[in-house]
Amino acid sequence: MDVALFLGALALSAGWNTALVTVGAALLGAAAGAAGAFLFLRRRALAADAAAHATLPGVALAFIAMVWMGGDGRWLPGLMLGSAASAALGLWAVEAIPRRTRLGEDAAIGGVLASFFGFGVVLLTVIQAMPGGRQAGLDGFLLGATAGMLQAEALTIASMGAALALATFALRRPMTLASFDPGYAAAVGVNVRAVDLAILALALAVTVTGLKVVGLILIVALLIIPPAAARFWTERVDLTALGAALIGAVSAWIGAALSAAIPGAPTGALVVLSAAALFTVSMLMAPKRGALAEALARRRLSRRVHRRQGLLALARGEAIHDRDSLRALRGEGLIGRDGAPTMAGRAAAAAALRDEARWALARADAPGAPGMEGLRPIAEAFTPDEIAAFDARLGALRLAP
Amino acid sequence: MSTGGDASALRASGLGGMLEVVGAHRGAEARDAVTVRSVTVSYGERPAVFAVDATFPAGAMTAVVGPNGAGKSTLMKAMVDAAPKLAGEVRFFGEPFARARGRVAYVPQRASVDWEFPARAVDVAMMGLYREIGLFRLARRRHREAALAALDRVGMADFAERQIGQLSGGQQQRVFLARALAQGADAFLLDEPFAGVDATTERAVIALLRELRDRGAVVICVHHDLSTLNDYFDRALLMNVRRVSEGPVAEAATPEALQAAYGGRLAQARAEAMAG
Repeated sequence: MDVALFLGALALSAGWNTALVTVGAALLGAAAGAAGAFLFLRRRALAADAAAHATLPGVALAFIAMVWMGGDGRWLPGLMLGSAASAALGLWAVEAIPRRTRLGEDAAIGGVLASFFGFGVVLLTVIQAMPGGRQAGLDGFLLGATAGMLQAEALTIASMGAALALATFALRRPMTLASFDPGYAAAVGVNVRAVDLAILALALAVTVTGLKVVGLILIVALLIIPPAAARFWTERVDLTALGAALIGAVSAWIGAALSAAIPGAPTGALVVLSAAALFTVSMLMAPKRGALAEALARRRLSRRVHRRQGLLALARGEAIHDRDSLRALRGEGLIGRDGAPTMAGRAAAAAALRDEARWALARADAPGAPGMEGLRPIAEAFTPDEIAAFDARLGALRLAP
Repeated sequence: MSTGGDASALRASGLGGMLEVVGAHRGAEARDAVTVRSVTVSYGERPAVFAVDATFPAGAMTAVVGPNGAGKSTLMKAMVDAAPKLAGEVRFFGEPFARARGRVAYVPQRASVDWEFPARAVDVAMMGLYREIGLFRLARRRHREAALAALDRVGMADFAERQIGQLSGGQQQRVFLARALAQGADAFLLDEPFAGVDATTERAVIALLRELRDRGAVVICVHHDLSTLNDYFDRALLMNVRRVSEGPVAEAATPEALQAAYGGRLAQARAEAMAG
């Protein structure tokens, strides 16, 4: 790989054409992330994959038609139109088959995806046999091939990507309502079926736009991986869609730059690998929802539980056998190597016992209220006045005959 | 023939009861109530709801009761166009539902929601304001404040930033109620609001519903618990696919009517109510 070329492409300084392709790819990535967010939330990713695979026969037939009419079969808008038509047909089949037969949606998706794609592959071999067919470069539509992309094509992709991102933004409210609670959405007047179709139509439009950049086999990954990654960073739907758009754009940017620097590799694969890398980072490193953060939180909780257990046992003069409790207490210097409590340990044990009594009163006052297990310092939940009130009641209990 | 003549003719042929029905229908165009006229809903070949008539007046809490499978939820869904009606019509304050949408709040059973969805409690409450905000305009601060106020009224203000799936069942129910409040509706239709909720939630919800009723709203609840029918509600509609009885609770929920609605399952329903 030519690293200098890669860095140059990344900085948009490797030539006008490369820069245009990179920006166009990034806009497509943003549209894919944003539209894909609702696909992801509505759990329709596989239907979109079937639609993407169903574009192939349309692309091939459009090529054949254009050549037959005497033109250059590779005119991108014509190929996009053909792909959209056959993808729409595939989507219709995916919706209609479960509705009119006893088959489930997964069977419909599998059947449509495979048969349309197979038909497309056969058509590709027919095209190969045509005069001039070998130069068609149509197999670039499978995995994406930005090398040799025309300026006009890059502009088409860039403007369509921008338009689709805007359309997703415009439709965000009905799509959010329908994805979260279709019953309520219907009651407030949202046509849920129309919204579902709109979500799929946006995905279809992104697929058709991204044929040359990412290719039909991998476009579903660019639709789904960015929102899945974004989900680790936020609990809000608007930020999920924005985060997905950002991650999609960055993945496509990096992928397009890599593609300029590695001549043989298909662009789609490089874009998707970039997205997968960002996903892995998100999954591991995101605060609160990331794997690392969750593991650390669990360790903290475990430590607190065992510390409390150990201290209460100490206070009651019981022997501690639990290894985690021993470790927690030893770590804080509350017991010695022999397991006997230190001065600090005895003080901590007495404090723990007193707090436990206070928590017991608090629990009795508000049965069923959350956060009363006694795992955090009582000062975090109650004011000094309230704690003093607890102590007064405890004192009164001890004094009572 | 004069109407007086018609009336006596009907009475003479023993169809006196018809007069009551006709009269009731004429009065049913009340501007301050929700009226259901001869609504039939069917899934497939069997009717789930058949020719049900009912009037839900403003300033009253009405319970829709009946055994499992009686079509109570289906009736409510049909009222808000979430299920298709085979026949009949529903009027909200004299208007069809499509025109009265802004004034009607529907709180469905919790099951239809995706709990992993990235929505915090405040986001769900804001959904009630989408109609007001409009499709494309940005939400303003006053909208967010209205959403927070609605959460406060159900006692969930402290949980505003919590993701909806992390709340308990009762807390989720209260957030959905806040969504309905944010809508600023005059009619509240709730499907089993007390099913499986904790005591705190039940108290909060019944207090809020009473407040809404006292302010003149129509409150309709599909209700499953016969033991609290008298305490919580002013009126009741008993049904089992067909309407069995309707009116103030004492008049509608007589032992005979309950027997007719629940059939052999009355003992079971009572036992469940005792245990629940």
